[in-house]
Amino acid sequence: MTSSDAIVIGGGHNGLVCAAVLAKSGRKVLLLEAASELGGAARTEEFAPGFRVSSVAHLLNRLHPEVVKLLDLAKHGLVLQPEQSVPSLSLSTRDGPLTLAGAYGDDLVGAQASEQAAWRSLRAQLFRYAGVLKPFLSRRPPDLRGGNSLAETFSLGQAGWALKKLGKEDMRDFLRVILMNVADLLDEQLTDDRLKGLLAFDAVLGSHLGPRSPTSLLGLYYRLAGDVGGVPGAQFAPKGGMGAVVSAIAGSAAAAGVTVRTEAVVRTIRIENGRATGVILADGEELSAATVVSAADPAATFLELVGPRELDTGFVRKMRNIRNRGDAAKLHLALDRPPEFAGVDSAGHRGRLVIAPSVDHVERAFNPCKYGEFSPAPVMEVTLPSLSDPSLAPDGACVLSAVIQYAPYRLREGWQSGKAKFLAAIMAKLEEHAPGIGKRVRHADLLTPADLEQRYRMPGGHWHHGELQADQMLVSRPVFGAEGYDTPIGGLFLCGAGSHPGGGVSGTPGLNAARRILAMER
Amino acid sequence: MGTHRLKTWDAIVIGGGHNGLVNACYLQRAGLDVLVVEKNDWVGGAAVSRELTPGFLYSNCSYVCSLFRPEIMRDLELPRFGLQVIAYEGGAVFTRDGDYLANYRDHDAHRREFARFSKRDAEAYDRYARDVTRQCRFIQPLLMRTAPDPTSLKPRDIGELMYLAKKFWGLGPDQMAATLRFWTMSISDFLDEYFETDVIKANFSISGIIGTALGPMSPGTAYVLLHHYMGEVDGSVGAWGYARGGMGAITKALSASFQASGGTIRTGAEVDHVVVRDGKATGIVLAGGEEISGKLVVSNADVKRTFLKLVAEKELPDVFLRRVRNFKIRGSSGKVNIALDSLPEFPALPKDSPCYRGDLHFTDSVERMERAYDDWKAGRWSADPFLDMMIPTTLDPTMTPPGKHFMSCFVQYCPPKVEGRDWTDTDRDAFAETVIAQIADYSPGFRDRIVHMEVRTPRELEAEVGLTEGNIFQGELTFDQLLFNRPVPGYAQYRSPIGGLYICGSSTHPGGGVMGAPGRNAAAEILRDLSTPNRHMSPAHDVI
Repeated sequence: MTSSDAIVIGGGHNGLVCAAVLAKSGRKVLLLEAASELGGAARTEEFAPGFRVSSVAHLLNRLHPEVVKLLDLAKHGLVLQPEQSVPSLSLSTRDGPLTLAGAYGDDLVGAQASEQAAWRSLRAQLFRYAGVLKPFLSRRPPDLRGGNSLAETFSLGQAGWALKKLGKEDMRDFLRVILMNVADLLDEQLTDDRLKGLLAFDAVLGSHLGPRSPTSLLGLYYRLAGDVGGVPGAQFAPKGGMGAVVSAIAGSAAAAGVTVRTEAVVRTIRIENGRATGVILADGEELSAATVVSAADPAATFLELVGPRELDTGFVRKMRNIRNRGDAAKLHLALDRPPEFAGVDSAGHRGRLVIAPSVDHVERAFNPCKYGEFSPAPVMEVTLPSLSDPSLAPDGACVLSAVIQYAPYRLREGWQSGKAKFLAAIMAKLEEHAPGIGKRVRHADLLTPADLEQRYRMPGGHWHHGELQADQMLVSRPVFGAEGYDTPIGGLFLCGAGSHPGGGVSGTPGLNAARRILAMER
Repeated sequence: MGTHRLKTWDAIVIGGGHNGLVNACYLQRAGLDVLVVEKNDWVGGAAVSRELTPGFLYSNCSYVCSLFRPEIMRDLELPRFGLQVIAYEGGAVFTRDGDYLANYRDHDAHRREFARFSKRDAEAYDRYARDVTRQCRFIQPLLMRTAPDPTSLKPRDIGELMYLAKKFWGLGPDQMAATLRFWTMSISDFLDEYFETDVIKANFSISGIIGTALGPMSPGTAYVLLHHYMGEVDGSVGAWGYARGGMGAITKALSASFQASGGTIRTGAEVDHVVVRDGKATGIVLAGGEEISGKLVVSNADVKRTFLKLVAEKELPDVFLRRVRNFKIRGSSGKVNIALDSLPEFPALPKDSPCYRGDLHFTDSVERMERAYDDWKAGRWSADPFLDMMIPTTLDPTMTPPGKHFMSCFVQYCPPKVEGRDWTDTDRDAFAETVIAQIADYSPGFRDRIVHMEVRTPRELEAEVGLTEGNIFQGELTFDQLLFNRPVPGYAQYRSPIGGLYICGSSTHPGGGVMGAPGRNAAAEILRDLSTPNRHMSPAHDVI
């Protein structure tokens, strides 16, 4: 029976970050990945002969600077050059495209002067407020049991100070809008439907909310609290796809001495007298470690790998009540040649093309998914990664990668028959904005939340491993009792997107978890 | 009349709604000389009983009584002035398959009823009731306190914040976490954690959406549930009742109490504007041009009407005006008040079921309720609306001739504008037909029993009662408009940028419902500013 200091379950980006940080501090770390390759939902995969694409996340907008620095990712091949930064475009068949150039629209192209001024002040305000929340990303949620370390208490104080520093009126507005819906805030300050539509889309992307749902503004803050390459709000199209980012992290982990085993499916987390002592693999092999860290979905970790009999009823109930049914689908198209989106220039085609022409479009797309139906007129963000990185497609051909809402995990009629209909609805929307695109499709690969669940072991197919809404954030993420990465089971920790602060390729859950583990060993 | 022109009142209260009257009562009892001016020829605002057809009294706006604070009833001796609240048994939700779910005030009877639908839900009900009560325990005492300004360094605000922090900390870690989570949950998600039966979930989600411009699946509606749970009738918490003689009995008792203590009421006196001299309110000018001077002015009107209609724009700072303009006050409900020549029959219910004496509903699933909300979002009234029906005359024969009945029918959702344009009479009639058709589905022969009917869309509510956009809470109950944010940040303590001008309506903390708390809290602040001893106001008591 082989033994190590720590076993990390799951080789997604968070598992890798956690493993690397632990190894760097001298722990003997074994990382177990069920699939044949690392990366989880952040891989680059071939979906048609010669066509490669980022499997789920396709834009880098929140990889945390501390992760980049601590794991020395630049040395391990991560390229973050300003020229990778791409603009966002809001497409409209009525008014033509609107471009948010630079870092989340520090330059707004295609809007009226009055709207540009209104946007400048709103953008500044959004970044100011997101800045207040930013420090919380890279720390453990406040400990309601009063077990905050001096450093943690101090950083809480700093957050309070940052709030106070905003000044009286700004602080008042901050406290007013923090839990507000995004639509009302946009209506208060903006008039351009394309701009409002894009912001509304970004706010609800990856969550079971519409722009008129209270608290939906938090999603936008979460997005804007992220930065990449030191630029807040920026978004990069990673060269070689998201897989390149993961291999840099994996490289750093390997250099730090992490042992990686792929195709190692964990069946059980071994518990002895309430403490995790290792894992048992599907083939029965037992591996021992004083510390077990799970990057897997929290509910799966506790209800399947640990098992209810080791846990309190209340805790099990909380785990069962985590809402983790995804609404976002992923579309991959292999195209004979690049599509032409109406009114969009070549630089624009390299950017993020958002089809959400107004707030109402997003809200109307949301309505049916409350009842287990897909959006007949879906909203989406489209990228054409092969334009910036030709290595992803055969010569002259093109890859289209799109995130589409809303596609309920549990479709009432079942995805068996529903999938084709949903794909048709998506293609109809794309055809409106890029006439003729349909005829260029050589292969289409639509991943519904049900597919994502089965392919990437994400229960509910939710890329945040659980709804990222106010009632599942901070001390309630994934549930109170496991919110600080440590859990009711001694020696068992969580480090995935299901933990604070949540999903997206940021590495922060993995980083925070590793730090918590090291802090508790002291 | 003339006398009014000569004298200067200690305080003038604009609007004779329940909060205006509560406020006036406390001020008068504290020794001030108070005048209440009301634009209508009757007082009561949205808590009235009106004879709209001979022999029939209509509670034509608010229709049930529970939230009205017992402390206020005692302070102002309302029972002595004729207020009597009759608690009602329960109610029912009719299901489409011809069955019904009954509500009983008795916890165990209620539990047995749930067991008819699901053993599991019956089990869960104990846990549910316990958890909701725990949530109320933290919120309820806040109703009768002035919300602190978190941006202020005044000792009083800091002290109040400390009090809240201490109270919150006192809940203990698990309850603190549960509370934080509860506040931002949707009532639908919250109920999913307890129950599996659609009709049971629909039954509880009702309290999460009544009066709001939200659907049961909107985050924050779990909190609204509490607003309908903290009521008391004769010492029984969470109970609901009818005011004998209709809701007007409450404001009637209030005005009687007010006048008995020497206060003056002028009806048919619409205010044109508040007179402001060097940043201080010195009185009001009526629509007829008559000026009445007062040392201070209190407005029971909603925050938008008060500061955008009654006060000149130049008197107010820009930041304040911007926030008032951004105040969300979208109407979401309508009302159909019906005089009946006999008690309607609901074949689903056993004859003489106590449910007849409570609130009746047809919406038997959360999905139906949410779909009704989707219509409102699109600017239409709900094709399959949610109805909250009451027949108070089953317990209070004083409202109608013998054997006849009055039915109050609260309807959600109903938009302030129809697809962006103003309501027309044709729209109103179509809206009424939608409602009557639904009732007739469950109650054969219902149409033939109708003697007279009054239909109120947000348009009528605004025109008659003066509620902007017909919002019954004088402003939506979302986080951005609660506690220190209600009505607007920086002015959540019943004061305004204008010296001597106060607000006391439901636009202020703790918000809507016939509760009286805003009027009382405002009076407390006014008397504090005047450093007049406030002997006649008893402190809030914890009930739960």
